[in-house]
Amino acid sequence: MDYSPSDLMIVSAARALRGSRVVFVGVGLPNIACNLARRSHSPELELVYESGVFGARPARMPLSIGDPTLVSDATSVVGVADLFMLYLQGGLVDVALLGGAQIDKYGNLNSTVIGDYAKPKTRLPGSGGACEITINAGRIFMIMRLKKRAFVEKLDFVTSPGHLQGGHGRRQLNLPGQGPALVITDRALFDFDNPEREMTLVELAPGETVESVQAEVSWPLRIAPELRQMAPPTEEELSIIKQLAVSG
Amino acid sequence: MSKIITMSEAVGRYVNDGDTVAIEGFTAFISFAAAHEIIRQGKRDLTLCRLTPDLVYDQMIAAGVASKLIFSYLGNPGVGSLHGIRRAVEDGIPRPLAIEEFTHFGMVGRYIAGASNLPFFPLRSFTGSDLPQVNRLIQFVESPYGDGPIGVVPPLKPDVAFLTAQRADSQGNSQLWGLLGMQKEIAFAAKRTVIVVEEIVDEDVIRRDPNRTLIPGLVVDAVVHEPYGAHPSYVQGYYDRDNDFYLQWDKLSRDRAATEAWLQEWVYDLPDREAYLAKLGQERLDKLAPGEMWSDAVNYGRYG
Repeated sequence: MDYSPSDLMIVSAARALRGSRVVFVGVGLPNIACNLARRSHSPELELVYESGVFGARPARMPLSIGDPTLVSDATSVVGVADLFMLYLQGGLVDVALLGGAQIDKYGNLNSTVIGDYAKPKTRLPGSGGACEITINAGRIFMIMRLKKRAFVEKLDFVTSPGHLQGGHGRRQLNLPGQGPALVITDRALFDFDNPEREMTLVELAPGETVESVQAEVSWPLRIAPELRQMAPPTEEELSIIKQLAVSG
Repeated sequence: MSKIITMSEAVGRYVNDGDTVAIEGFTAFISFAAAHEIIRQGKRDLTLCRLTPDLVYDQMIAAGVASKLIFSYLGNPGVGSLHGIRRAVEDGIPRPLAIEEFTHFGMVGRYIAGASNLPFFPLRSFTGSDLPQVNRLIQFVESPYGDGPIGVVPPLKPDVAFLTAQRADSQGNSQLWGLLGMQKEIAFAAKRTVIVVEEIVDEDVIRRDPNRTLIPGLVVDAVVHEPYGAHPSYVQGYYDRDNDFYLQWDKLSRDRAATEAWLQEWVYDLPDREAYLAKLGQERLDKLAPGEMWSDAVNYGRYG
């Protein structure tokens, strides 16, 4: 069966949402993954968009997270203030699926600048809602392509806190959410299920090896004792992804 | 007395050089009509505030009307960068641009504090982030009730706000539905508020559905009737977002000369929004028709 590395990443992210009730949907790839999950194994999944939508059922794939299709047929549409205060800070979001530009081994995230803040090499979009989402959502799933310049030893800027310096870092700062739980990429999948809260390689995409993944990560990777393989997309999942892409 | 005036009058009367201006709306409701008129009237040294500067501020900053930007997400949503703003930030073209950066929730808190006359707004954000180090307006205070330090942001009260709504009466009582953004809070926070509507309706229409009146005329200084005034943004139930334009802007705005040529053709060379719509053409507008999905009417009761 023909599928791209992006398809594998989107499908893996969608599957990871199984069992969640309320998901906060980030811009870009997360948007496709969340809609795939709702249209396949998790019809009860409530999609929350920071633009003020709870329980979205978009009829077409929205280009932006503020598309009018998110409003029509939704359960509730509220102001951005209510969305952040009542839904997010109120603790109702089980999991947030987000993209990111740079991540370190404790899942801290940079979406602000590459280089110096005052004299950036590349100016990125900034936090948007990411900083408060990573603080308040129950768990964080990241979806990003595996690239050495994205998986860095030291972030140029910490936009959104992950597990900080690891261990009990979040608890010490009294952050309500559990922080990063999964990093889903096109070539491997990582979790943080260890006392140090360090990113750990747990699944490989078909054809990948520990060495080929390590080559795209800037620090010496922690590796699970038993590596699993990322399951390839099914026909049904691929056809839904295709529909989602066409309808946008 | 009616508050209805033209966009040219509204910008002339309510926007001064050096003002803090909010043309808000979260993806929806963005008054490009107001932005283009501000550019045409050659306003200068404005401080622009928006959660997502979007194409609207990319165009204004490329046209040189602003010297400062207060924001939380600097991107063309779902598409990429804002190249005009990046040129201003990275290279000072056409003029240097100071930035004051928050998070979405931080901006939300600033507008709420501004609207409700609070000295600051507390929120669970910023902890563990580098943002407080580059923006001294983000502070932490110790909760007097325990639970440790909490992030705070100061009030934001724009000098003038331009806010799109579906409809208003001649007094500015305004009804909105769809993605509400921060329209309500900003109308209350701003010192002067201009409402830009698709339709002017009788006071009766407003009074029959008071729950939908998010902005009372009490806080509205002027009403501008400007159909399609948010294009290429959108108004729920009236027209769709023109995503093709958002994609097109990503390409053309990479080049400074192409950006300036666009501003010349679509802003400076046109007298007003009516001319913009005529140039855009009915066919393009027809493509943005949203179709129909009506809500049911509700009974408020007569009670006497």
